[in-house]
Amino acid sequence: MTQATYMDATPYQDDLIKKFVLAATFWGIVGFLVGVVIASQLAFPALNLGLEWTSFGRLRPVHTSAVIFAFGGNMLFATSLFVVQRTCKAGLYGGAVLGTILFYAWQLVIVIAATTYVLGFTQGKEYAEPEWFGDLAVTVCWVIYLVTFMGTLYKRKEPHIYVANWFFLAMIVTIALLHIGNNLAVPTVLFGGPLWKSYNIYAGVQDAMTQWWYGHNAVGFFLTAGFLGIMYYFVPKRAERPVYSYRLSIVHFWALIFLYIWAGPHHLHYTALPDWAQTLGMTFSVMLWMPSWGGMINGLMTLSGSWEKLRTDPVIRFLVASVGFYGMSTFEGPAMSVKAVNSLSHYTDWTVGHVHSGALGWVAFVSFGALYYLVPVLWKRERLYSMRLVSYHFWIATIGIVLYICAMWISGIMQGLMWRSYDELGFLQYSFIETVAAMHPYYVIRAAGGLLFLLGGLIMAYNFIQTIAGNLRDEEPYEATVAAAARG
Amino acid sequence: MSLQEFYEWARSLWTVWIFVVFIGIVAWSFWPKNKAKLEEYGNIPLKDD
Repeated sequence: MTQATYMDATPYQDDLIKKFVLAATFWGIVGFLVGVVIASQLAFPALNLGLEWTSFGRLRPVHTSAVIFAFGGNMLFATSLFVVQRTCKAGLYGGAVLGTILFYAWQLVIVIAATTYVLGFTQGKEYAEPEWFGDLAVTVCWVIYLVTFMGTLYKRKEPHIYVANWFFLAMIVTIALLHIGNNLAVPTVLFGGPLWKSYNIYAGVQDAMTQWWYGHNAVGFFLTAGFLGIMYYFVPKRAERPVYSYRLSIVHFWALIFLYIWAGPHHLHYTALPDWAQTLGMTFSVMLWMPSWGGMINGLMTLSGSWEKLRTDPVIRFLVASVGFYGMSTFEGPAMSVKAVNSLSHYTDWTVGHVHSGALGWVAFVSFGALYYLVPVLWKRERLYSMRLVSYHFWIATIGIVLYICAMWISGIMQGLMWRSYDELGFLQYSFIETVAAMHPYYVIRAAGGLLFLLGGLIMAYNFIQTIAGNLRDEEPYEATVAAAARG
Repeated sequence: MSLQEFYEWARSLWTVWIFVVFIGIVAWSFWPKNKAKLEEYGNIPLKDD
């Protein structure tokens, strides 16, 4: 192994990365579990239990925050801080101290957010629900993260900053901007009100536009740019070949950065937002096809010439399938942003299906691929406990996603069509409750899909526990495993 | 032209300016002379351990 040379020269902060990897795995399973619970509540309302703390309205932000900020956040910390050290050939700025503060502070933020949602405290802004004290805690974490990341870049021994770090840094800077911009609020305690409550400084359509400037770019930068950073390091690393075109990755980066920030207004079609702003949002969303597909082609073509790895290495299968889902959901998104399509799709389950093809297929799959790569490397194991279990995880989760998104497409389009059906006298043909009743079977299928996805996550966690314990499963080896073992 | 009008006119030039910068980035990236240097950067992740 050549690993020893750099390990001697550069002390990487790998113990910290281990913490983030374990936290991401744990919160991922919690987030998927709460998702299954709320999906089941929609299918069977009795599961709300008649209690305010367990009602859908309070658990739904627990699910979204757990999967985005707890699972996704710990994933981004783990991968970005691993990648920036390796590609800069420098240990983390601030040593273990800054990173460890970030780790515990972020887990605290997650617990504060989840607890306050269940108790009924919320700013009522989607994906930005925490009250003012939660927002301040996030800000502190984010500043520590920025300092750690930038400091490491500054210390680098490699003259060029590898493109994955551009995506990570763009994510960090933009999320700082979005978080502060959207969460500007006045705590009522300053005027003799309750301590826990605050009011956002925006009102009316400005509030809506600020919220979706935030909301869409949380998708665009947190869940896209950040995870593209993962793609640009872990796909070449696992495939053991450089990215298909480094030049294309540069154009991919700048096109994405210039375009994404303008796409938010497509969440506000046919509202009080001025028409020109809606059209602007739609136009930029459609233009996003180009960088998205450029990036997808770059990721997929990295495998060009070694496609057999898809068959022989289930970890590559996760990474490549995630890029495929990225291409699919970034094709669907611009289509849905077109006003005519949006008039059918908006407020329906189609949106929920779209989000989950991106979140489960792209964000979670690329994360699973990175985690399966990271665990043996960080714990210095020869290989994973079982490649067969990785393959089972892949197929169980894939079937789960297909069930989920197909159910939501059918349910959403049906719902949209029922809402716009008129009878011969010009009255609405269906009452609202009739559309709800029609969606019931699809809600059951969706919950089943989510359950499969959760099961996949549990298989992954079991595989990690055994790998870290140093066990190897007695099984017919995959060819890639044999090859990797032979290389030593 | 008042200062306000001038500001609003100048502000609209951002679109043009950003577009020119982007075209410059694309041209620089795909300039044949830069190919070897840029594609070599793609090997950075493979050299790290």
